[in-house]
Amino acid sequence: MQFWIIQGLNSLSLGGLLFLLSSGFSLIFGLMRLANLTHGAFFMLGTYFGAVALRSYDGLNIWVTAIGVGFAVAAIGGLFERLVLTRLKANPLGQVLVTLGMSFIISDACLVLWGGDSIPVPTPQNLRAPTRVLGFVFPTYRLALVGCAVGAAIALYFLLEQTRLGAMIRAGVDDSQMARAVGIPVSNLFTTVFCLGAGVAGAGGVLGGPVLSAYPGLDADMLPLALIVVILGGIGSLLGAFIGSFIIGFIYTFGTALFPELAYIILFLPMILVLAFRPQGLFGRVGS
Amino acid sequence: MKWIGVALIAASLLLPPFFAGDFYINLASQILIAAIFALSLNLLVGFGGMTSLGHASYLGVAAYVCALLTSRYGFGHGAAAIISIAGTTAMAALFGVVALRATGLGFLMITLALSQVLWGLAYRMSNVTNGDNGVAGLTRPMPFGIPLDSATSFYWFALIVATFAFLMMMIFVLSSFGSSLQGVRDQPRRMAALGFNPWMIRWITFIYAGFWAGVSGLLYVYYNKFIHPTSLSITSSAEALLGVIAGGSGTLGGPVVGAALVLLLKNYASAYIERWNMLLGLVFLFIVLVMPTGIVPGFGRLLTGIRGEPR
Repeated sequence: MQFWIIQGLNSLSLGGLLFLLSSGFSLIFGLMRLANLTHGAFFMLGTYFGAVALRSYDGLNIWVTAIGVGFAVAAIGGLFERLVLTRLKANPLGQVLVTLGMSFIISDACLVLWGGDSIPVPTPQNLRAPTRVLGFVFPTYRLALVGCAVGAAIALYFLLEQTRLGAMIRAGVDDSQMARAVGIPVSNLFTTVFCLGAGVAGAGGVLGGPVLSAYPGLDADMLPLALIVVILGGIGSLLGAFIGSFIIGFIYTFGTALFPELAYIILFLPMILVLAFRPQGLFGRVGS
Repeated sequence: MKWIGVALIAASLLLPPFFAGDFYINLASQILIAAIFALSLNLLVGFGGMTSLGHASYLGVAAYVCALLTSRYGFGHGAAAIISIAGTTAMAALFGVVALRATGLGFLMITLALSQVLWGLAYRMSNVTNGDNGVAGLTRPMPFGIPLDSATSFYWFALIVATFAFLMMMIFVLSSFGSSLQGVRDQPRRMAALGFNPWMIRWITFIYAGFWAGVSGLLYVYYNKFIHPTSLSITSSAEALLGVIAGGSGTLGGPVVGAALVLLLKNYASAYIERWNMLLGLVFLFIVLVMPTGIVPGFGRLLTGIRGEPR
């Protein structure tokens, strides 16, 4: 019983991390029609920044670090978007290739700066003691992680559904030409959303540090998971990213625990089922 | 003019074994292998408008199947080659069904996800694939009893296969099927209205491209006598894609030129710096921002300009 509960919690925490990664990916894709292959690298950059900060300053609060690193990664993403991606507006294939090139550059730079060994990230002091609920023992940090992901989901939901900025983003996702025609500065919106997505991914990277630790190749491990989440949940849909993340979190965690060698194949199944019966994704809209 | 060009190309392919050293002959063999791979990717990217970021799957799977069958299960080279090519082609048929549920960026993401899954399998299923250590100690085949162990004999072998592959892909592209493929790339709806089946045309092309990528994978594993999960990685797919785009996608000569350039760059750069991935990324940025249509079309425009022909 303990096995199932612990693995269930691990699934939830991986799902939470995946949501932080894939929500930005999905929003960027939905608004900009851009498959941002740098997204895994942004996540990894966040993990490394967080690892360095938390290891060199003892007692630094991980939530504060996550927010700070989130802003830093958002700034890097914003620069990239402004300096490179805007030049390639009419060339979607070129944009994808450029993000791929950028991901190579970032991951190799991380290798140069921090070496090939994995850097463990300490779990925050006050979250190290396990929590006991109904006689079961839970690692507190993972519980906090799930809570944080749910909080981020709610915050993003309010941002998109209740604010003026969110209304503009939704208009851009639905029909960017029409949005432009009614005076929405879509091009600035692109930068905002790209920064937002990169920042959330970077913050997610920091929070994932104590669970995953920082190692070269983290980006290549996370990106396909994000891709599968987005294919599964539907492109540009926040709810789809949320549900998809937890589905993949469960499948991947239990797959790795029960059939360690086949975990990667089991990841296929939901993707193939969805593509066969609902190619636009669980919560995607036809034509989007 | 055209025949002079053909003669020059033939000479540059046929003469090197007679005077160049082993290092350069081996480099030329690698270029031929990369060229077959890039040409097969170009069928999808250039002529089909299907940008795949998972083409290394077919190269890697063909190479792995051949390596495992010969080294571990005692198959002969002939049988192993046939099984690995047939298996790779069947896998392309299957992956095609999945990936062609989407077009455009969705297609790209699905091919990428599928190939990353295979890469992960090659790493993690270490009792089958030997994981990060790769499969070493392989041998080259002896077609008609001719050993291919010297650099020169392997070059001739690779040249024969590459020439055949080039001609087969040229015939494919220039045939009426090739025209309908380009029609589907440009105007899928009109083609559907004319009674063509865009999905079927794309799927057949996908399988055909997978087949030739499998052939290049066989040559790859024969050449290296070693296979490692990196040949399935996104870097491997991206190198080929860079070759196609740098050379000029949708042309027949472009991918060959591009693949050669990428390979030379990789070889020479890695002699001086270790950071191949970073360089690859920078070259990507440069090519896409500065010459998005590729080298061969640009050069062709230059030539027509010099000769003063009407455009």
